[in-house]
Amino acid sequence: MTSAISPGPATALSDGSRYPYRHLLGIEGLTRPDIDFLLDRADGFVEQNRQADKKASTLRGRTLINLFFEDSTRTRTSFELAGKRLGGDVINMSVSTSSIKKGETLIDTAMTLNAMHPDALVVRHADSGAVHLLAEKVNCSVVNAGDGTHEHPTQALLDALTIRRRRGSLEGLEVAICGDVAHSRVARSNIHLLSIMGARVRVVAPPTLLPAGIDRMGVEVHHDMEAGLAGCDIVMMLRLQTERMKGSYVPSIREYFRYYGLDEDKLKVAKPDALIMHPGPMNRGVEIDSVVADDISRSLIREQVEMGVAVRMAVLEILVTNQTEPWAKNQ
Amino acid sequence: MRPTLYKNARLLDPASRLDTKGGVLVRDGHIAEVGPQVFVDAIQDDVEVIDCGGRCLAPGLVDMRAQTREPGEEHMETLASLQAAAVAGGVTTLATLPNTTPIIDDVSILEFVERLAQEVGLINIHPYAAATKGMKGQEMTEVGLLAGSGAVGFTDGTKAIADPVVMRRLLSYATMFGKPVIQHPEEPSLAREGCATEGETATRLGLPGIPACAEVMMVERDLQLVRLTGGRYHAAHVSTGAAIDAIRKAKAEGLNVTCDTAPQYFALNELAIVDYRTFARMSPPLRSEADRQAVVAGLADGTVDAIASDHNPEDQDSKRLPFAQAIPGAVGLETLLPISLGLVHDGSMELLDVLDRLTVRPARILGLEVGTLAAGAWADLVLFEPDRAVRIDADRFRSKSKNSPFDGKPAQGRVWRTVYRGRTVFDLEAEEPRTRREPAHA
Repeated sequence: MTSAISPGPATALSDGSRYPYRHLLGIEGLTRPDIDFLLDRADGFVEQNRQADKKASTLRGRTLINLFFEDSTRTRTSFELAGKRLGGDVINMSVSTSSIKKGETLIDTAMTLNAMHPDALVVRHADSGAVHLLAEKVNCSVVNAGDGTHEHPTQALLDALTIRRRRGSLEGLEVAICGDVAHSRVARSNIHLLSIMGARVRVVAPPTLLPAGIDRMGVEVHHDMEAGLAGCDIVMMLRLQTERMKGSYVPSIREYFRYYGLDEDKLKVAKPDALIMHPGPMNRGVEIDSVVADDISRSLIREQVEMGVAVRMAVLEILVTNQTEPWAKNQ
Repeated sequence: MRPTLYKNARLLDPASRLDTKGGVLVRDGHIAEVGPQVFVDAIQDDVEVIDCGGRCLAPGLVDMRAQTREPGEEHMETLASLQAAAVAGGVTTLATLPNTTPIIDDVSILEFVERLAQEVGLINIHPYAAATKGMKGQEMTEVGLLAGSGAVGFTDGTKAIADPVVMRRLLSYATMFGKPVIQHPEEPSLAREGCATEGETATRLGLPGIPACAEVMMVERDLQLVRLTGGRYHAAHVSTGAAIDAIRKAKAEGLNVTCDTAPQYFALNELAIVDYRTFARMSPPLRSEADRQAVVAGLADGTVDAIASDHNPEDQDSKRLPFAQAIPGAVGLETLLPISLGLVHDGSMELLDVLDRLTVRPARILGLEVGTLAAGAWADLVLFEPDRAVRIDADRFRSKSKNSPFDGKPAQGRVWRTVYRGRTVFDLEAEEPRTRREPAHA
């Protein structure tokens, strides 16, 4: 190892805790100390990101590739900023899936990029499990930036960081995840993470937007918004993912907003200081009313975006540093 | 050809419930004598004697559902590699699906494939013909002419015959020629986007699900049509307790229906797909543990008539894909016997009953005079050691494709020799001379 690469952060704290993997493919399977370790590191980056000079050099000389098989502006930009603020070289690749036979591009692209010796690949793909498949084929660290309807782990981590900074801890919180759970990788990652961290999760949606067996994932299931929001601390809204839907799951936007759109009226049953979150991009007037979304006393939506960069910095830094550690495992 | 005497064997003939020590004398491709009285001293002729060392000698296996890729996709499987895989698995009678390229929906293609198969000549292959032209599910094929040219049944392969009018006419018409209509029982509109059984596992993996009831819905619809027409119906690779219950009731009612299943549906459940193992992507998809147990129970009580390999060769390019894009199916000829013997080893079934589902029962469904050890029958035999520990090794398959969900798994049961019409077509000791020959019951 040349001295040109600055030593990374302590990969393990003095009490021996560390994140044990080379990849971040999902939240399922992580432990509470794993998640705390990532969140603690991310917390440190929040202040750095608020300085005029935001640049660190921990990933100087390292190459990070954003490999997006699905369109994304927000997540890709967030990862790009995170990599650059750590001093890494970031390349964005958007691969259209429509023109070429999908599977060939995935493996072929992975092998091609792997030959260029990147240090981390940040991957988004429309198929569940695609990022796992790719992680088996490359030598570098892989971050799942969203795979199909499976997981979106950095979103769950940034949500957790946002909540933790407001409430100190996730332990014992009542969290309602509302809307299109069936098509949501954000919901799955959040259900795993919140349960691991000791929060209680309810999902609120019409039966057509709930996946079968969701109750087996340790959540309370509600079809009625009022019952689902009663007494909760956090309301997480999900975007109605019309682009993933084959056929009609709800009769109309109007009807959906009537029963499941979050407005001040429905929010009345939640705790008076309940906080509102949304992974974005929002469909105003579909799943959330503008008045609620823009209420700065309750809405964490902009803060979530800020935390996103800090969380991704922590993830990239820890994974890339772990890569050379003999104890680091494939997730 | 000199007569051959297989001596010192454990003879197993499910058709006559024979399970005894003894021998089989084979003359001119047929079984001349069978039983405990057959031993060397009793034979006058100059015979070749093969000492079976106490191993099991049973009728060659009858596999009623396998796919070839010749003609069309010979890089995945040829009729030669298919037959080589079959005999290595102890299979001497094989029925193949019509989903080749071109599709077998016409007498000339059927006869062409039959001729190609005969040129290989290890065993006979009995193709099914497509039930509808181009397997499009609309117009009936020339059922009578195809049956006359050797089609043993009519099926649209891995596609369900969805239109009830088409199914009704097929059941009425094909039955006139004594041939079964074989259904892939899955309601296609419920299955359209799915790649796993709907439920907790699919939800955790974020995979689009197919509700398990898609199977029984199609079976129950078809059973109504069987009632209406008196047709001869066979449900392929049944995988759910609900479908098996429906068939059990239909049989009790006297309807002319049968069904088969495949080893993956009694040896695996849906947890095999965790980690997105595309080799465990099947159609129908692997089911819950409760359904797996129901399949075992259905086999044990005879509701499920047959175990078929459901051999489905796919190359790496079809499997090294994200789960939802991967092609479903697994090769199965060379694991058919050891995985099925698992039912004996775990105490679910008697050996004779497992062999019954692998030999004479499927033979009867296909209307073929094979699958028994009776004197005068064709000498189609498999010599195997039921307890021998093996590790499934896909790299050593004779099949050109290696897509097995059992690869690397331990099992018990090994085929030592396969005999087709008196001729040895597979001999483990000749093929793998390094295999030490040990007495079966040391």
